[in-house]
Amino acid sequence: MLRYLLSKLWTFVPTFIGVTIISFAFIRVLPGDPIIVMAGERGVTPERYQELMHQFGFDQPIHVQFWNYLTGVLQGDLGTSYVTKKPVWDEFFALFPATLELSICAIIIAIALGIPAGVIAAVNRGKFFDRALMSTALIGYSMPIFWWALLLIIVFSGNLGWTPVSGRISLMFFFDNVTGFMLIDSLLSGQKGAFASAVHHLVLPSIVLATIPLAVIARQTRSAMLEVLSEDYIRTARAKGLSPLRVNGLHALRNAMIPVITVIGLSVGTLLAGAILTETIFSWPGIGKWMVDSIFRRDYPVVQGGLLLVAVAVMLVNLVVDLLYGLINPKIRKR
Amino acid sequence: MSLLRIRNLSVDFATAGGAFRAVDGVDITVDEGDVLAIVGESGSGKSVSMLAMMGLLPWTATITADEMSFDGRDLRDLTAKQRRKVIGRDMSMIFQEPMSSLNPCFTVGFQIKEALKQHLDLSKAQRHQRAIELLDLVGIPDPERRLNAFSFQLSGGMSQRVMIAMALACKPRLLIADEPTTALDVTIQAQILDLLTDLQKETGMGLILITHDMGVVAETAQRVQVQYAGQKVEEQPVQTLFTEPHHPYTTALLAALPERATTKRLPTIPGVVPGQFDRPAGCLFSPRCQYADDTCRGVKPPVQGPELGLARCHYPLGAPVKETAR
Repeated sequence: MLRYLLSKLWTFVPTFIGVTIISFAFIRVLPGDPIIVMAGERGVTPERYQELMHQFGFDQPIHVQFWNYLTGVLQGDLGTSYVTKKPVWDEFFALFPATLELSICAIIIAIALGIPAGVIAAVNRGKFFDRALMSTALIGYSMPIFWWALLLIIVFSGNLGWTPVSGRISLMFFFDNVTGFMLIDSLLSGQKGAFASAVHHLVLPSIVLATIPLAVIARQTRSAMLEVLSEDYIRTARAKGLSPLRVNGLHALRNAMIPVITVIGLSVGTLLAGAILTETIFSWPGIGKWMVDSIFRRDYPVVQGGLLLVAVAVMLVNLVVDLLYGLINPKIRKR
Repeated sequence: MSLLRIRNLSVDFATAGGAFRAVDGVDITVDEGDVLAIVGESGSGKSVSMLAMMGLLPWTATITADEMSFDGRDLRDLTAKQRRKVIGRDMSMIFQEPMSSLNPCFTVGFQIKEALKQHLDLSKAQRHQRAIELLDLVGIPDPERRLNAFSFQLSGGMSQRVMIAMALACKPRLLIADEPTTALDVTIQAQILDLLTDLQKETGMGLILITHDMGVVAETAQRVQVQYAGQKVEEQPVQTLFTEPHHPYTTALLAALPERATTKRLPTIPGVVPGQFDRPAGCLFSPRCQYADDTCRGVKPPVQGPELGLARCHYPLGAPVKETAR
């Protein structure tokens, strides 16, 4: 298992280099000059422009700029935002827990509902439940997410008044930012009702964000299960007199999990990379909105650093997925 | 009283093109200590009749029978839950493809112990002990270490031994072996058959051996039942079946044995088993039978008496009187 882990870690190196190059190049190939954007409507004199070019190092050849960036990254320095003048690293970690918290809640909802739904649909293939579930999943998958979010806000926040419209917690509560995770911090604060308020604020954005992964997971689970259910070892399991719950939920599901874990991993990746729409609609202070803003401002260090950190997070998720493959299917581990 | 008694078992599958009858009025009787071989080509309904009895057919199958009893219990009106208490314990089954019949995600030990846990009231240590005993019983060397093996680490022969160990876990009274040696190479085939017959003698359980290999039949069975297109066409003790077959299909099957071939080219039975849309009106074998006449083609054949091997034929071979009248 350790060798398996090390061999997987080794593949990180080329990916990491690739990501640094892409994140560096991406913002530079976009039209627009950061200095012009920074100067705003008043404009800038040619002398001042040259001065700023020199200050930011844009007058140096592109490979030198990349080298400076790379050596900075390897020393843990992602640079300073042109706009806020704060280190990218600090900004990222101030916002990332909010995205992470939302993503984790969303993926938990998606897994907890998607896998059982897929299993039940596969076991009842072609029957009413299967058809109803898969049509619903298709609707969930193809629905515009902003429209769905607004619909939920209108019904649950507007008409019924069950949930708040935006933010992470009610303004009544104020406590120290210990972990950055509102659910944990609110508990740590010991304030009455703080945790409940945090949960309240999480419900709608989590559901909205979970919708697409939920549909994808349910459909993937169903198709993987259908394939596995026709295998000989399922017949063996049934011939042993095992209950359908054990046959479907253990013998079949464990074999069907490989493709399902793959799509879960991919979903987590996309969630981390920016639940931009969801974060925007619910005024959720995560990295999605931060990244979009920085692109509009041509804030090179933020775009570069943010992309890089998100990519590393996605790589870590993929590593976990790879380890889970080995854990679930011994054939992969023993190879 | 017979251990297993099935009368007039039929299995229909609902298909897109209408109902397809895979098993058509089959009778099966097995006593304790009996070894019955069911032979026939692919598509003759051998496996399906057994899977029907085990309750392992998909829901598209409709099963009807005048009688289907195991050890005095009527299998027809068992609920799914009650049936699960019988299968895997008193009645178990091994399959054609041992490698794919074991779950690749779980160790061999887990899968054997699971069967024990399901049916017997044993402690964890006892289950472990019994699993080792079972692997030892089926001739797997170093059984304790093998418990941690996965199916893909075993050869085909080893996998089939594991399957047998698993099937025998709860000391069944009837073991159904569905072409247990088809996927194995010849030397291993003999070993597995020897193992099965030895275990059968030791335990005194009933054994149903489904096969299309007449050589396997000759070596292992006491009684043989020949099936064709879902029907039982003949049943005899093994010695007389080989010396005095009564149904033309049995004769043709025996003639196709390489050991019996006298010509340079191996004799074959022309044509194929009738499918869903080309079932003949009369005898199902008539299109391929060298003796068939208009009666055979138009009228369903009767089942002859035991002296003629219960042959389902208008003109059974070796019949004393009618033979000349033809």
